[in-house]
Order: sequence, then structure tokens, then C-alpha cells
Amino acid sequence: MTPTYYLLLSALLFTIGAVGVLVRRNAIVVFMCVELMLNAVNLSLVTFARINGSLNGQIMAFFVMVVAAAEVVVGLAIIMSIFRTRRTASVDDSNLLKY
Amino acid sequence: MSVMTSVLVLAQAQPAQPAKIEAPPIGAIWPILIVLGAACLSVLFEALLPRHLRWPAQVALALLTLAAAAVKLVTYVSDAPAAGETAMFGTLAVDRPTLFLWGTLLALTLGAVLLIADRSVEPGGAFVASAAIRPGTVQDRAQVASTGMQTEVFPLTLFALGGMMTFCAANDLLTMFVALEVLSLPLYLMCGLARRRRLLSQESAVKYFLLGAFASAFFLYGVALLYGYAGSVRLSDIAASAAGSDRSDTLLFAGMGLLVVGLLFKASVGPFHTWTPDVYQGAPTPVTAFMAACTKVAAFGGILRVLQVAFGSTQWEWRGVLWGVAIVSMLIGAVLGLTQTDVKRMIAYSSVAHAGFLLIGAIALTDKGLSGTLFYLLTYGFTTLAAFGVISLVRDSSGEATHLSQWAGLAKRSPLVAGVFTFLLLALAGIPLTSGFVGKFVVFQAAVASGMAPLVVIALIASAVAAFFYLRVIVLMYFSEPAADGPSVTVPGAFTTAAITLGVIVTLLLGVAPAFALDWAGSGVFAIH
Repeated sequence: MTPTYYLLLSALLFTIGAVGVLVRRNAIVVFMCVELMLNAVNLSLVTFARINGSLNGQIMAFFVMVVAAAEVVVGLAIIMSIFRTRRTASVDDSNLLKY
Repeated sequence: MSVMTSVLVLAQAQPAQPAKIEAPPIGAIWPILIVLGAACLSVLFEALLPRHLRWPAQVALALLTLAAAAVKLVTYVSDAPAAGETAMFGTLAVDRPTLFLWGTLLALTLGAVLLIADRSVEPGGAFVASAAIRPGTVQDRAQVASTGMQTEVFPLTLFALGGMMTFCAANDLLTMFVALEVLSLPLYLMCGLARRRRLLSQESAVKYFLLGAFASAFFLYGVALLYGYAGSVRLSDIAASAAGSDRSDTLLFAGMGLLVVGLLFKASVGPFHTWTPDVYQGAPTPVTAFMAACTKVAAFGGILRVLQVAFGSTQWEWRGVLWGVAIVSMLIGAVLGLTQTDVKRMIAYSSVAHAGFLLIGAIALTDKGLSGTLFYLLTYGFTTLAAFGVISLVRDSSGEATHLSQWAGLAKRSPLVAGVFTFLLLALAGIPLTSGFVGKFVVFQAAVASGMAPLVVIALIASAVAAFFYLRVIVLMYFSEPAADGPSVTVPGAFTTAAITLGVIVTLLLGVAPAFALDWAGSGVFAIH
């Protein structure tokens, strides 16, 4: 199994995540798609660590996990606050700020 | 013989001396340590102090922190090595541009903290009494009238400042990513803390958060690809690999593209600006001031370092693309700024146009371009900070009156505020004798010197278009009749007065006598380690 396949898988996951952010309407699902993108990056980092024969990439994946966890805390707090106000987490309904 | 054997045995029995681990020198990074340490202390204040003591304690702590960090910075600058040095095992580069950016960030944050701490313009401050209260409920109406304030905004400010300072000093991409998140996450939260118009405020927080997280994912994928290309995320290693590596250039340029998209998003440049108007309008005005001034400084500090240190050797491949981005940014900012009816949104589009001008300086990739861009950041930061300070003063019964029609005839009601705002708008437009003119002049001069004359012509046209919408506000304030039920101008307390005065004085000073700041901005280049 060549490492290239893992890179392709990671690119595919990243693309699915990016498309998901653009087309999904629920803020929670959009946020999950961002997390998918971050995890695709983790897969890339670990694969490149394997290709390069160094551990740095694997260490970086841990950093990304910690940052992603912090992002979840902040993100869910913000989404919760707007959900409690509007009773919906749809990003289409957040449309007061325009022009 | 036997004596020798026993000596040998003894020598072998001696425990090996443990290898001495050198503690990393931290003299250079004291300002960051002070700010982040104070941020942690500030969180403890929130947890341990009784409610009525929190505001004075937090304000005192924030101001003391900024003063202490500034003192450490100044004492370090006086005997800093001219070529710069690295700290924390090479992950932070403390060189002349870093020191300039740190000084700028500390000074701008001082102004922002004064605006945030102000409780005279809006009784109780611009921040919600408790972020958990649902908008539109009885409790919400009670909190608008109360004088309580969610003082968590102070630790969040300090954490964001610590992230910004680390971001401009980051010498490898992983440090840069962590710093990017440390500066962004507090800002997302701060956007949602407005006392009034909480729906708008929460909406801006959600938009900023989702788009910001999306952009940092791009940044991170760029980091991963560059790691695959160079086998390291150290900026100088990437530069060395770009000069000669057997890996595919696709990795290099795809990685660089994704990385730069993430950076341009933070700097609200060009087509990646979509969050800027909404967030600037919805966030509490002191937070907008902090965001507009300091985030711009930090993001462009990062862009300058990445472009010059990591990608300087491949500039001929990508410079054309960033030419295009700079043009798009200037045109979007100038043209869409014309159509705005809200003062805060107008300044937001003006910031998009300014980001285009700054990008021109950043892609000049010369020492002049570097010092010009640094100087421009200094001037733009203070002018914007003071402009948002003034915007927070014009109010009616429902809070800030930001619609342009409400500003009609303001000069008749309050000549002083109208005069100050006029001066700041002229500085943003780049009229001589203001700092904006000198900033534009040095950036455009550096751009022409590095062969970007066509870009400068477009920039001049964009400045002329942008000048029109600044002048429109001035005309509105001076030559229109005030509406009968128009907004009133609040007399600011000491804090807001100090912040606005600071911004105006720096804007004037750098316009009249810019030499010392230009010298400081041009005193050195990025250290390459």
C-alpha cells in the first residue's frame, strides 16, 4: 500500500468537508464539516510523516487535535447562544446583517 | 595492576554526569510571557473575585500588563542584536520587524482596552451583563438598564493580544497556526457580547466563527502540504527546499496557495473579505476597534514574514496572482464602500481597500516595501481605532446611531466630534498632513521601485474612489440640516477621551513628523534562521 493513496483519501475528505461547509444549512453540520477538514489534514500530516521518515508530522497532528477541541468549545457556545435565541441553528435564518 | 583495576572499576561505577540542558533564553520574549501570564491571572480574577471588584481589578490588571510588557520591550530593544535572534528553540524569531509590530500591537491594544473599559458612554459599558441571557426576554431588558458587565472580555482581550504577538513572531508554520487560533477564538466570543442589538451581535459571532474556522482549515491544509514538500515547517527550511528539492512543485504551490488564503482571510483582503462588513457592524464597537486595528497588524505581520522568508525565492511564480488579489481587494473596498449606508460597514469596506494597499507593500518584497508596510500598519491602526471610538459616541435612545442619515448635520450639534471625525476620515483617504498620506506614499514608492507601477496607478484610482465616500460623510456632517429627532453626541468619560486623543495625536504626529517612526520601521529586516 503506497502512502500516496492516503494522501488522495485525505484530499477527498478535505474536499467533502469543504463542499459540506458551502452547501449545508445547519450550523452544527457546517461545523462538523470543518472538523472533517481538520481531520483530513491530520491524515495528510501523518502520511507525510511516514513519507519523510520523521515524527514531526505526527506531533503536529496532536497539536491540531488540541486546537480543534478548543475550537469546538468556543463554536458550540456561540451556536448554542444563537440557537436559544432563534430556536433554529440554520445559517440561512441569520440574515439581519447585510448590505 | 590490582590498583589500576580497582581505579577502573571505580571510574566505571561513577554515575554519568547528566547532560546539562540549556534553558532557552527568554529575554527576548518577555512581552509575550507577560501578556499570556496576565491573561491566565485575569481568568483567575473572574473565578475568585466578588462581582463588584472585577471591573476595577481587570482594568487595572490589563493596563498594568500593557505597561509592563512595553517596559520589557523597550529595555530589550535598546540592546537587542541588530540581526535579530530566535527564542523557544527557533520557533519564535525576535527581529526588528517583530519588535516594531509588538510595539504597535501593545500601543493599539492600550487604546482598545480603554474603549472596552469605558462605562461612561453607555452606562455599564458596551458589553452584555451576562452572555447567557436570551435576547428579547424580560431579563434582557433588565440587563440593558443595569450597569453589570461581562468582564470576561478583559482576559479574552489579553489572550487575543498574546496570540497576535506570537503570530507576528512565529518562525514556523505550526507555531503560526496555534497563534492564529489563540488570537481568533477570543475574538469570536468577544463579537457576541454586545449589550444592545444582541441578535446582530450573536449573528456576527456565528458568521465570524464559521468562516474563520473554514479559513483556518485551509491554512492548516497548506501547512500539511508544505510539510510534505519540505519535510519541515520551519520557514527557512521551506525556503531552502524551494531553492532545490526533488519533490513536486505542485505540493509547494498548492500548499502556499491554501496557506495564503487562510492568511488573507484574517487580514480581510480582497475576495476573502466577506465576513468583514457583517462582523464589523454586528460586534460591539470597542471590539470592532480592537479587531480592525490589531488583527490587521498581526495578519499582515504574518503575511510579510511568510512571503519574504519562506517564499521569497519563488516570487516570480506567485507574484502575479497576488497582484490580482490586491487589485480585486482595492476595487471591492472602494466600489462597495460607495454604496454603504451604515458608518461601521463603510469603515469595514474602507479596511478592505486598505488591505489591498497593504498587500501592495507586502508583495514588493524589498526592504523598503517591508518598512513601508510596517509604517502603514502603524498609521492605519491608530486612525481606525480613533474612528471607531468616535462612532461609539453618536447615539440615540436605542444605542449607537450608525446609519449615515442619522449623522446629517452633526457638525451643528457637536463641532468638536464632527471635526475629529473629519480629520480621521481625511487620514483614511490619505490627504497630506495626516499619517495616511505618508503611509500611502512610502508603500507606493516602494512598489514603484520594485517594478509595480501599473499596480500603483490602479491603487491611486482606488484611493480617489474611496476618497469620495469619505468626503460624502464629511459633506453630510457639515452641509445637511440635522434631523429633529436625530442622535445626540455623548460626552465621553476619561477612558474613551484618552483612546480617541491617542489615535488623533498619533495620526497627526505621523503625518507631520513621520521620520522617527519611519526610521524605526526601517531599522532591520526579518531574521532568517
